[in-house]
Formats: sequence, structure tokens, C-alpha cells
Amino acid sequence: MGFPRYQNNDLTKGTNLAETAVFRAERIGKSYPGVRANDDVSFAVAPGEIHALLGENGAGKSTLVKMIYGLVRPDDGQMFLMGQPHHPADPRAARAAGVAMVFQHFSLFDALTVAENIALGMENPPPRRTLSDRITQVSHEFGLPLNPARRIATLSAGERQRVEIIRCLLQNPRLLIMDEPTSVLTPQEAELLFATLRKLAGQGTAILYISHKLEEIRAHCDRATILRGGKVMGSADPRAHSARELAAMMVGGQMREIDRSGRVAGDVLLQMENVSAPAPSAEGTALKGISLAVRSGEILGIGGVAGNGQEELLSVLSGEVLTRPGSVTLEGRDLSQAGPEARRLAGLLAAPEDRLGHAAVPDFSLTDNTLLTAGGRKVLVRNGMIDHRAARAFAEEVIKGYDVRTPGPGTAARALSGGNLQKFVIGREVMQAPRVLAVNQPTWGVDAGAAAAVRQSLLDLARAGAGVIVISQDLDELMELSDRFCALNEGRLSDPRPTEGLTLDEIGLMLGGAHGMAEAQI
Amino acid sequence: MMMLIPRTETSTGWQIATPIMAVLATMITGGLLFAIMGYDPVAAIRTIFWDPLFGPAASYSRPQLLVKAGPLILIASGLAIGFRAGIWNIGAEGQYIIGGICGAAVALAAYPGEHWWLFPAMIAAGAFGGWAWAMIPAMLRNRFGASEILVSLMLVYVAQKVAAWMAFGPLKNPEGFGFPGSRNLQQYPSASNPELIAGTGAHWGVFAAALAVLATWVLMSRHIRGFHIRAAGLAPRAARFAGVRPETLVAFCLGLSGALAGLAGIFEAAGPAGQITDSFGSGYGFTAIIVAFLGRLNPVGILLAGLLLALTYIGGELAQLTMQLPAATVQVFQGMLLFFLLGFDLLTRFRITRGVPA
Ligand SMILES: Nc1ncnc2c1ncn2[C@@H]1O[C@H](COP(=O)(O)OP(=O)(O)OP(=O)(O)O)[C@@H](O)[C@H]1O
Ligand SMILES: [Mg+2]
Repeated sequence: MGFPRYQNNDLTKGTNLAETAVFRAERIGKSYPGVRANDDVSFAVAPGEIHALLGENGAGKSTLVKMIYGLVRPDDGQMFLMGQPHHPADPRAARAAGVAMVFQHFSLFDALTVAENIALGMENPPPRRTLSDRITQVSHEFGLPLNPARRIATLSAGERQRVEIIRCLLQNPRLLIMDEPTSVLTPQEAELLFATLRKLAGQGTAILYISHKLEEIRAHCDRATILRGGKVMGSADPRAHSARELAAMMVGGQMREIDRSGRVAGDVLLQMENVSAPAPSAEGTALKGISLAVRSGEILGIGGVAGNGQEELLSVLSGEVLTRPGSVTLEGRDLSQAGPEARRLAGLLAAPEDRLGHAAVPDFSLTDNTLLTAGGRKVLVRNGMIDHRAARAFAEEVIKGYDVRTPGPGTAARALSGGNLQKFVIGREVMQAPRVLAVNQPTWGVDAGAAAAVRQSLLDLARAGAGVIVISQDLDELMELSDRFCALNEGRLSDPRPTEGLTLDEIGLMLGGAHGMAEAQI
Repeated sequence: MMMLIPRTETSTGWQIATPIMAVLATMITGGLLFAIMGYDPVAAIRTIFWDPLFGPAASYSRPQLLVKAGPLILIASGLAIGFRAGIWNIGAEGQYIIGGICGAAVALAAYPGEHWWLFPAMIAAGAFGGWAWAMIPAMLRNRFGASEILVSLMLVYVAQKVAAWMAFGPLKNPEGFGFPGSRNLQQYPSASNPELIAGTGAHWGVFAAALAVLATWVLMSRHIRGFHIRAAGLAPRAARFAGVRPETLVAFCLGLSGALAGLAGIFEAAGPAGQITDSFGSGYGFTAIIVAFLGRLNPVGILLAGLLLALTYIGGELAQLTMQLPAATVQVFQGMLLFFLLGFDLLTRFRITRGVPA
């Protein structure tokens, strides 16, 4: 193999592992139209091991675990679970064989309780009373407190994920798969998750773990298998390498440094004054008296745990939700009553966090998805008639400019890997040269190399004189990007502070204290 | 316990295959049904699907094909646009009736004057009537969140009562010897919608239907409005983000489908039907729903599906005449067609497995 440096002693250990492995893949392959998503993939997961799958966006990680879970069928190769051939026809068969999976996107019904949701996912749910007892018991055993009678709608993202995990634990899996589980969790919730995984591994369960957060993998995983372009590049002990080295293995090159230079803060471009908005739904958050100002050349970072009004703040900026006249102005022009398209034409653009179904239509091609936001500004639509050729050209431009890995602009958005679609969505907005761009979780699910590229493009945009609002849960990202920082907590925004010189402790205080401060003002 | 499991990979070929399979399954099941009832199944199927076009009396029945297909296609074209956006106008039958009444009322008000503008005015009134009738569910949905499915359906029954009232009251023919029903517009040159090309059955409504197919195709595949409609049906939040206001879309889709149904109504009232009677609504509005689905909500598909369902109408009547098949045959066939289509659709998207009994 062309990657000897990182290959550890698998060859000697191989025979041994082959016998004891919980799961083993042998020369697995899977093709999609125009892409070889998995090619000749062989690896094994030992009992009690937390095994990371690493790879850049589109490397084939999700495809691989979907095959293990019976959602996708491999074209060739073989899989073994506990030494037995494993070829699940569907997730039911995979579950019956002892595989459990937690998806990045929750599949829970908001209106039902925890116990009802868990019962729905079971083949033979026991009587409600017994099930509730089992849930309480398992949740205590693993230190994941959860009340079976609570409604999903009232749970935080971390608690919702607990429901998914407990649903998995109740089936006593031999192999637990987690696809980017921590992207929605607070650092504390993530710690709790790893404590649980450790406990589970201690009982002999094997865990297959996908994440782009390299530090997290270094801290918690026993072994890592690295994928690139659908192929296994080798395996490594993540503790023995720095995050930078791991990233280099995934990309096969050096990561570039972020360049923050050359920006000058100019005039105020966007101003929001005392904006309030009711919660859009039972699970939503009401915005309470939000004021902010963004200058030309500046990046304003907004931190906070998701679910504290991030989505709502973005929809107030994008024009999906209108607010009091005069409350949103761009370069002195009142946009508070303007819808999304009018705001785009005026130069205020936005990229929501949920890429499948909000920022993009999953079943539309990338070409069609450019029409969602760029129709007017990029003149892809004239007198109401769509210029398909121009749309296609713009899609190609975005694909090229943002290194979106896909066979072409005709590919449906849902066929892109998560991170690649995210790059497309951000690229589509940045390449329209906005005056002000608001983004929510711009690098969610994006690999380290591409995340650096996305961040750089936001910095470049600001350097060219635009104002940028970055809403994110990732404090490192906000520290790297923003000139001023404020915290969003329960729909209230704290006063901004210059990021320079701000310590993590101070930020923690802002995140926790924003609430208390605002309440004292009322 | 039987369970439906979503298929992991679905193919696009099924999109075209399922309507064809549904038609075949309908023929087979229909044939079995006839056999059980004691009819010759092969002869019955031939009478319904073949004889209207190529049988001994084809020269009489062939023009009927366009006469029946015209309104079906016209109405289905409009319905399909709403269905794409997830806006379910089930009450095209009502909009058709009201459109017919409004257009006929204009003609009867002008009777017996002959004016060049009369026919265009009737068409405008017909479209307006259908539009206005459809705006009732649109407004109720936008204002109060009422289901447009229920409201539009209920309004069909109201429209039928209005038709009866008109036929017995305001629009009744004063020279009709007391019989219910309006004057016959076919005998009123300025207002009549005659067969334009002899022997084809093509009247103005058929040309309008062809135009509607073309226009909806342009709308859905070339115009940004159509793009927004498709987006709203697939991902409502993304459509909102693009700048689509749901209220506007509801009004547009219901209004457009209502107007097209109203047009079909006035073309029928001034043409093949000739007058407003208490039974003016003849089910085109409901059958058009089947046409829209069988045609995959696609303009070209609707064209073909409209012709096919028109065939079942004519063939059913023919079988009634020549083989004494029951009059309900047509409805049974149309119902089976929709049933099989939805069934096959379900099976292409889901697999049925047996759950382990608890
Ligand atoms: N349903 C599909 N149809 C067509 N191509 C697909 C489909 N699913 C995945 N692909 C392609 O297969 C490749 C691997 O995708 P996969 O989702 O496994 O990547 P990934 O490693 O999980 O990336 P990410 O980190 O961005 O989630 C990509 O090139 C993607 O475009
Ligand atoms: Mg993935």
C-alpha cells in the first residue's frame, strides 16, 4: 500500500483479530452513478474497542456504515459479524444480528413520549410499564438520566440523542455505530456520551465512531481507520498522532493556515434593533429584544448552544420571518418588511443550518438548487423564465470554487455526502457577493481541510468589504473567525465583546450569564 | 403482523411502469369480474378498450374521444399543478359546475342578441366562476387553516344544489314547456361551442385543453413559479427560504385549477351538454383526479391518461348498449385504475414484510 508510514502492525495482528473481531469487512465495494463510494475496503473492529472512521467529506464513511446497517447493499465483498457472514437485507435484519446505529439526524416523533418513541422502534415492544422500567434502569446504569414519560418536544438535542442511544442499548448490540453524533452536543453532553461509550466498550461492545472532530477522536478512540476516496488508507492509533497529522493522512497533504489579514472595519452595514419574535412552534425559541450591528469588513460571531434561538435569528435575518418596521436595516434601508428574495436583491444573504430540506431541496439537482437563492442576484431567471444554462454554469462555478466532490451539477442534493452539500450551500451564497452574509453552523459536518477552506472564504468575503454574521456552536471556530463575539441564550443576545483577548472562561461566563443579565434588565 | 419497510433503492423506470401495470391489472381484474357475472370477458374488454376506436361503430364513437378527453385534460392540468405543491383541490367538479353556470348565465342574459363578443365573455365568466368557487377553500385555508381537501369537496355538493336551483329557477328556459333546464345554447349561434373540424369532435374546449397542456408544461419546467411549486411540494421550508409565501401559493394553485375547471364547464355547457340542467355535473371533475395521478402529474402523461379515461367512458357506454353490462361499469373501472395505481406506487416505494408476532 502506498501509505506505509501510518500502517501499524495490522499484518501481524491481522490473523489474531480476524478470529476475535466483532465485525470484519473484506474487500467491500459500492458504486453510485459516477462515484466509487467504497473500493476494496477491508478492516476489523475488535470487541471493547472504540474505533474511529476518519476521512474527508465524501470519503465514503456514511456509505460504509449504511452497508453494515442494511440500508445500502454492497456491490461486492463480504462482511462478517461475530465470525458469521453478515449481509443484512434491511435494518431489521441488521438489528436482529446485533448491529445498532445512531444517526446524525434524529428520527423521533416530537409529539410522543420517550417510552412511546422507543417502543415504536422495537420489533416486539414489551408492555408499557415494563418498558418504562427498563428505560429507567438502563439509563441509570449508563449514567444517562432520562424520564420515559417526557415528551420529545421538551428535550434538548443532547437528551434526544440519549433517547436514540438508549433505544440502541435496549437491544444489547454487539456493534454500535455512531455517524457524527457530537455535532449537535454541547461539550458537556459530548463528555457524557464518551463516558457512556467507554462503559459500553468495557462490557465488550464494539463501537464504530464517525466524526470530523479530530481532538475528540484523539482523546477517546482506541484505533482509527482512515478512508480516502473510498479506499482504506491504513489504520492508526489516534493517540500517537497529532490532529494535524491525522488530517494530513485523510487529505494526503498539508492543511493550510487561516489568513485573517487585510480586513478593515468600515461603516455599519446591517443593523437589528430590539427585534422580538414569537416562537415559531412549540419546540421553538422566542427572540427577545435582539440588537446587533455588523460593520463592513467585520465578522460577528454568535455563540451558544443550538436551540437557544439560532434558527429563529437566522430566519429573521433571511426574511422568512418579518419583524416590526424599522427593526432590520441594511445600509440605512429598512428591510424589515421585505421577504427573502427582496433581501437577497438588496444584498442580505443567509445560509441556514439544516442543509437537507431548508438550505437545499434534497430531490433537486445542484443546478436547480442554485435557483433557490441565486435566481435574481445571479440573473438565472429573466422575466420569470429560468435560464437553465446559466444556472448550470453557476452550479459548476460553485462546485469548482468550493471543491464540492460530486459527479456533476446534475446530481441530486441528497446524493452528496453531508459535508459536500454543506460546502455547496455556503459556496452558493458567498459566490453571490453579498453585502452581508449570515450563516448558521457553516462547517457542520465538514472535514477539517474543507472547514478551513470554508472559513477562509468567509474571511475573504469580509476582506472584500462585506459584513459576516457567523452563528456557531463551535467556540474554536468563532475564536478563529470573529472580530466581536456575543452569546445567544434562550432567545437573548449578550452585548458583543472584542474576541481578541477573550478567554474561554470569559466566554463560558457570557454563555451562561447572558441569560441572567438579560433577565435582570426586565 | 404485516409491515411496510421503505425500499432502500428505488428506480425511476417504475415511474413509467406503474401506470401501465395499473392499466393491465385493471383489464385483468375487470375481465375476471365480467366472467364471474357471466359475461364473456374477452368480448367485454374488447368492447371497452378496442371497439370505440376500431370497432364497427367506430366512426360514431371516435369523435367522442376528444369530446370526453378535452374537459378531463383541461381540469387535470390545473389539478396536477396544485398536487405538485401539496395543495389538494378535490372539488374541481364543483368549480366545473359553477363555471358552466356563470358562462351560461352571461349567454342567457344576452339572449337572443347576436354579438361577436358574447362567446369570449362567456369563457371569461366561466373561468371566473371556477376561480371564485376555488377561492373559497383557498381563503378558508389561509385564514383559518381549514383543510382545502374537505372544503373543496363539500363545495361540490353545494354546487350541485346551485345547479338544480338554476335549472328549476333563474336559468330555466321560459319556452321549455315547464321542463327544468336552461335554453339550449347550441341553438344560439353567438353562444354555441360547435364542433370545429367535422368528424373529430374537436370543439374550442379541446383546443383549450391542448393549450393548457403546453402552458402547464412551460410553467412547470421553465418558469420560476413552477420551480417554486415543485420546491414547495418537496421541501416546504426550502421553498419558504427561497421566498415563496405559502398563502400566495395556495391561492395561486387553487385559483388556477378552479379557473381551468370553470373553463371546462363553460365549454361543456355551450357545447356537448348544450344547457344547464340539474345533472350538469357529470363527474369530469372527479375523474380528472385519476387522470392527474395516472399521468404522474406530468403534462404529457396527463394527455395520455385523459385519452385513456375518455376511452373507458365511451367503451363503458358501448358495452352497456351492446352487451347490457351494468351502467356502473365505468366507475368500477376508473376506481380500480386508481386503486391499482396507488397500490403499485406503494409497492415500488415500500416492501411488505411479515413481522414476528409478539
Ligand atoms: N444515494 C447516493 N447516490 C449517489 N451518490 C451517493 C449517494 N450516497 C453517497 N453518494 C456518494 O458517495 C460518496 C461517499 O459518500 P458518503 O456519504 O459515504 O461520504 P462521507 O464520508 O460520509 O462524507 P461526509 O463526511 O461529508 O458525511 C460521495 O461521493 C457521495 O456523493
Ligand atoms: Mg457522512
